[in-house]
Amino acid sequence: MRKNLPFALFTAVITLVLSLPILGLKLTHEGTKLVLEGATQSTYVYIFLAAAAVFLSQLFREQLNAAKAAVKPKGNILAKLMPPEEKRDMAGKIFFVVLLIAAVLIPFNTGRIWSDIATLALIYVILGLGLNIVVGLAGLLDLGYVAFYAVGAYSYALLSQYFGLSFWVCLPIGALLAATFGFLLGFPVLRLRGDYLAIVTLGFGEIIRILLNNLTSLTGGPNGIGGIPKPTIPMLQFDPEFSIVNLEFSRRAAEGNVAFHEFFGVPYDSSLKVVVLYLIALVLALVTIVIVRRLIRMPVGRAWEALREDEIACRSLGLNRTAIKLSAFTIGAAFAGFAGSLYGARQGHISPESFIFFESVIILAIVVLGGMGSQIGVMVAAVLVVLLQELSREFDEYRLLAFGMVMVLMMIWCPQGLIPMKRPHLQLKQE
Amino acid sequence: MLTLENVYTHYGKIEALHGISLEVNQGEIVSLIGANGAGKTTLLMTVCGDPRASDGRITFMGKDITETPTSEIMRSGIAIVPEGRRVFSGLTVVENLQMGAFFSDKSDFARTLEYVYDLFPRLRERHSQRAGTMSGGEQQMLAIGRALMSHPKMLFLDEPSLGLAPIIINQIFEIIGKLREEGMTIFLVEQNANQALRLADRGYVLENGKVVLQDTGANLLVNEDVRKAYLGG
Repeated sequence: MRKNLPFALFTAVITLVLSLPILGLKLTHEGTKLVLEGATQSTYVYIFLAAAAVFLSQLFREQLNAAKAAVKPKGNILAKLMPPEEKRDMAGKIFFVVLLIAAVLIPFNTGRIWSDIATLALIYVILGLGLNIVVGLAGLLDLGYVAFYAVGAYSYALLSQYFGLSFWVCLPIGALLAATFGFLLGFPVLRLRGDYLAIVTLGFGEIIRILLNNLTSLTGGPNGIGGIPKPTIPMLQFDPEFSIVNLEFSRRAAEGNVAFHEFFGVPYDSSLKVVVLYLIALVLALVTIVIVRRLIRMPVGRAWEALREDEIACRSLGLNRTAIKLSAFTIGAAFAGFAGSLYGARQGHISPESFIFFESVIILAIVVLGGMGSQIGVMVAAVLVVLLQELSREFDEYRLLAFGMVMVLMMIWCPQGLIPMKRPHLQLKQE
Repeated sequence: MLTLENVYTHYGKIEALHGISLEVNQGEIVSLIGANGAGKTTLLMTVCGDPRASDGRITFMGKDITETPTSEIMRSGIAIVPEGRRVFSGLTVVENLQMGAFFSDKSDFARTLEYVYDLFPRLRERHSQRAGTMSGGEQQMLAIGRALMSHPKMLFLDEPSLGLAPIIINQIFEIIGKLREEGMTIFLVEQNANQALRLADRGYVLENGKVVLQDTGANLLVNEDVRKAYLGG
């Protein structure tokens, strides 16, 4: 303790030197002049308390560290909560079914707002799973993923505006278009690696956004596109004649469609369209999960991982690295297109504003937080990130700060992500 | 089986190989020895098509592969154990071996796996361990096993003894000898000239991108120049 004293004093003084002018002095206007003013009494008290806290924590550093080590659990906390290896498959299935039932029930138990947020969370789940293929599995750092998301959203908006195509037609088209863009971008950039690839993809994301912003005649520029129709649901009709009609969930249906409440003769409920959208999102997210799960277990999934691990070894085994990288890029982009179409349908109005670089960062953060390559982790992280964003709406300006802090803490405590990718664990046999 | 005729290779403007000619016959072990920077690895990589030979002709099993894409060359019966092992460290042993059999018949996988496990019992013990957590020797065994998974006609080994303890090196060379007995054609690139030549049917000495000597392994071992330059007098 004795030897800590000088350093503790020093840090306390530093604290005072730093915080007194920053927090304790204020510049205010007085007429045309700027006047220096002292802060309130309580501010000074807080400053001195902070300095005292720094002083004491430095003075008793060893004791504090010892106490911390005593309470600190060993290993990943979440991983510890998981059931043992051999039971994990079964437990995973049960957990999944329970989760699914809960997910289906969400809109019926919560209000319209929460269903809407849950829809957004599912969109991010799809985005996260898509980017997970590119970044988590194939190891290609893509900072412009939002571009493919934008392509999906705009393709739905434009196709429905100019050609009157329905959501269900636009969904695959959106995914296909995004995939095409992924493919086209992939060709020139995939010879790049790591940071270079990141910069080029970042540039691509910005190009798409700026293009959307300036292509006013087609995309409406910064105003975006409004009045994007909500998805309809095709339904068999027996009366007056046997046919298929598209059910709409708005009060009055567009021409050729039938309003849901009129079709079934129930009173109009405005929250229904949110609920239906949520359920559609849930189905699409499930489809994504199943497809990605299959992909990972297919040879191409293994090839992605192998490529991430060692490119030269991959080539020595006769794998075509361009084909593998392109497949990852294209498939990842397709899911972004998928999510984009859904996003357009949810918002009803899209503009380039929704597809800024920060959006790419959030999706990337979801992948990193969840655990690179881990599907469950990415899903959990997507839900958490959306929830955090919604809950912290009031502290809007501090959101980024909190975001950064969570990231730093995560990297300290579980650098592998919330739920690290499941891989067979080390098995040491006694000889 | 493999023939190089007057092969030149450039890295940009720098010429790394100056007209190399050599051949490897069916069922042989041919060793290529040379100092650091002599062009051994470049020669090996040129056969694989990366970098491409800027002049000359490479034929494998009667087919000209000078311009064939790398991925096709690697699927045509050549397997390479790259320098520094390069196992997929995040993948398990089995998964590494699966990657080796990526383009092979799936129905054959179990049998080939059994064959590799018999060759390297160590790998069987560690089948579900991450490759990156194994020792250097085990990783080298895995790299060789992975290369064998594709049923190659010819095996390229680039410095298999690199950074391994003498006892492990002996094991590895024993396995290489065993493979030859099974009829495998092997092209061995080594700095460890003594052991490489002892095992080899024939050998080539590479110096500054040129073949300066070629003879049987036994003859090279007793060759005065080779002894001076590579075997410590």
